[in-house]
Amino acid sequence: MTSIIVMHTNYSSDGITDNKNNMIGVITVDVPATQSASNTKPDERVREESRLKKLLSKPELGSVSGAILVLLFFAVFAGDSGMFSADGILNWTTVSAQLGILAIGACLLMIAGEFDLSIGSMIGFAGMMIAIPATYWGWPVWVSIIFAMAGAMAIGALIGYTVVRTGLPSFIVSLAFLFILRGLTIALSILMTNKTIISGVSEIAENDWLAPFFGGELGTSFFQWLVTKGWLEAYADGTPVFTGIPMVVVWCLVLATVSSWVLMRTSFGNWIFATGGDDKAAKNVGVPTDKVKILLFVFTAFCAALYASCQVLEFGSAAADRGLLKEFEAIIAVVIGGALLTGGYGSVIGACFGALIFGVVQMGIFFTGINSDWFRVFLGVMLLMAVLFNNYIRKRVTEAR
Amino acid sequence: MSEFILELKKVSRYFGSVIALKDIDMQVKMGEVHCLLGDNGAGKSTLIKTLAGVHVPSEGEFLLDGQPTCFNSPRSALDAGIATVYQDLALVPLMSVTRNFFMGRELTKKWGPFKVFDTKEANKIACAGLAEMGIDVRDPEHAIGTMSGGEKQCLAIARAIHFGAKVLILDEPTAALGVKQSANVLKVVAKAKAKGLAVILITHNVHHAYPVGDRFTLLNRGHSLGTFLKSDVSREEILEMMAGGQELEALESELEEFARLDSVKNSVTQEPEAAAIA
Repeated sequence: MTSIIVMHTNYSSDGITDNKNNMIGVITVDVPATQSASNTKPDERVREESRLKKLLSKPELGSVSGAILVLLFFAVFAGDSGMFSADGILNWTTVSAQLGILAIGACLLMIAGEFDLSIGSMIGFAGMMIAIPATYWGWPVWVSIIFAMAGAMAIGALIGYTVVRTGLPSFIVSLAFLFILRGLTIALSILMTNKTIISGVSEIAENDWLAPFFGGELGTSFFQWLVTKGWLEAYADGTPVFTGIPMVVVWCLVLATVSSWVLMRTSFGNWIFATGGDDKAAKNVGVPTDKVKILLFVFTAFCAALYASCQVLEFGSAAADRGLLKEFEAIIAVVIGGALLTGGYGSVIGACFGALIFGVVQMGIFFTGINSDWFRVFLGVMLLMAVLFNNYIRKRVTEAR
Repeated sequence: MSEFILELKKVSRYFGSVIALKDIDMQVKMGEVHCLLGDNGAGKSTLIKTLAGVHVPSEGEFLLDGQPTCFNSPRSALDAGIATVYQDLALVPLMSVTRNFFMGRELTKKWGPFKVFDTKEANKIACAGLAEMGIDVRDPEHAIGTMSGGEKQCLAIARAIHFGAKVLILDEPTAALGVKQSANVLKVVAKAKAKGLAVILITHNVHHAYPVGDRFTLLNRGHSLGTFLKSDVSREEILEMMAGGQELEALESELEEFARLDSVKNSVTQEPEAAAIA
């Protein structure tokens, strides 16, 4: 009786190595020995990596696990404070989605190896570009929105063009625009309206066809219907506690899906990685790196204008100091999301989860009643940890072993 | 169809008052490995950049397949089938094997109204291209930062071949490699030749060039010392002709002189001793 115990040494076919079920006792394994030997000979210098290790080299891992951790943390410490009621969830998803929109733009740009520090100022500027024409010049709101977006994108193109043509670091160029745009916002709004806060947009936007796409909510009738069925709680006057999904959340999800698809699945996505990974090499093989960079600066500006549109139409007002420090918050979200500051590596999904962490912590600290002064400390520590983690990941990915 | 795919006739290239190349003649044949040998500063880089369309010749004729041609950009040289693999290889370490392979010329398929990067097919082609070079890629989605120098070199060559190169220019492919990896790369050069490509191999290492080369053009200080067929010239002769040859000879005689002086000194110091003993 010869019971042969066959140990698999067939490394390259995933199916067999991954489920390392020790096939002890199984007698026949029908792999023609000669055939498998020719194309599955393992390189003796390569160690098999476990699934876990493979997962570790995904850029979004840090932020996804971080988001889960943070949610668990607040579920334990703030579970009974209303943070996880319908109202509370709406609260932190909205905050996260707002930042998410900015982070998606910043993420693609950072993967392409550039920064845009002007997005915070761009929010204020775009907001004014909507509010002033709508309230003072008598433009229809939809025209103002399109005007603001076009204007922001043109400025984005100008920033991109300056960076590409001069070869200066985008840090400096966009820092200059941070001040230029903020200054222009204040100066022009004082010059034209003698105010820095312009309200009254809501009234004008009431019957506008485009405005609900930014300030409205999706699925209001659906949630109303849930109430009539008794599946959703409602206030005494019959309005549901959860009236609908804010458009900013919808925009964030749409933008995330589209951007992630473009990045991972299209030629342009490959160009983004190539441009950020090695600008010169990419140019040598025919990638239009300048075009890629300029387009992404335009896209970041578009994201800032989108943020501004949602904000102005939701609150019905624009203010010259809107979006202060948002550029850094976006960069933090992107870095927590696993992107490398040096470019060439990162993920849109990661950036979105980075924004989620940001929103959850910001709101969670509010709900737990911790002094909110601690929020920034926490944020800084988290950023530092994220960068350390990313650094480690990059070494793993690029180091020759 | 001309006998030579590429032909240079009395090509010169000046940079201001500097003469980088002077009256270079060179013929490149399909299915041959043409080695370009020369010491540092001999003009090898300028010559390949002229072939690759980076520089336009200041004087002389550039024939492609018998037709006078003038490339005004690397792109147009590439379109004509002249692919150059530079020392920096034009690879991005953080990107995967497949993404590098198709960088700038992505393989797409239709997805509704959109065009998407056909990852599956691209993976297959990249793996096959590398397998032909004798490199077994475990996971084409892996970043190439983990590959060795020789493997990266082969990836760059495989990429050039896949995208229809007729003339493959390799700029010092073995300069930064160890013995074994160099041998691998040279094997790949031989394979490209076997596929009928013309390969121009730039190197200053005769020991790498001689085994695979069919023709050797020697450059020295911007001038061509001539083109030689392998049957007409020995390894030592080539080494001799390169600037390094004379230098090494001078060094050798100098060393001999030292050795002679040493022995003279020794014999002088030993003589009195011998006398004392006597």
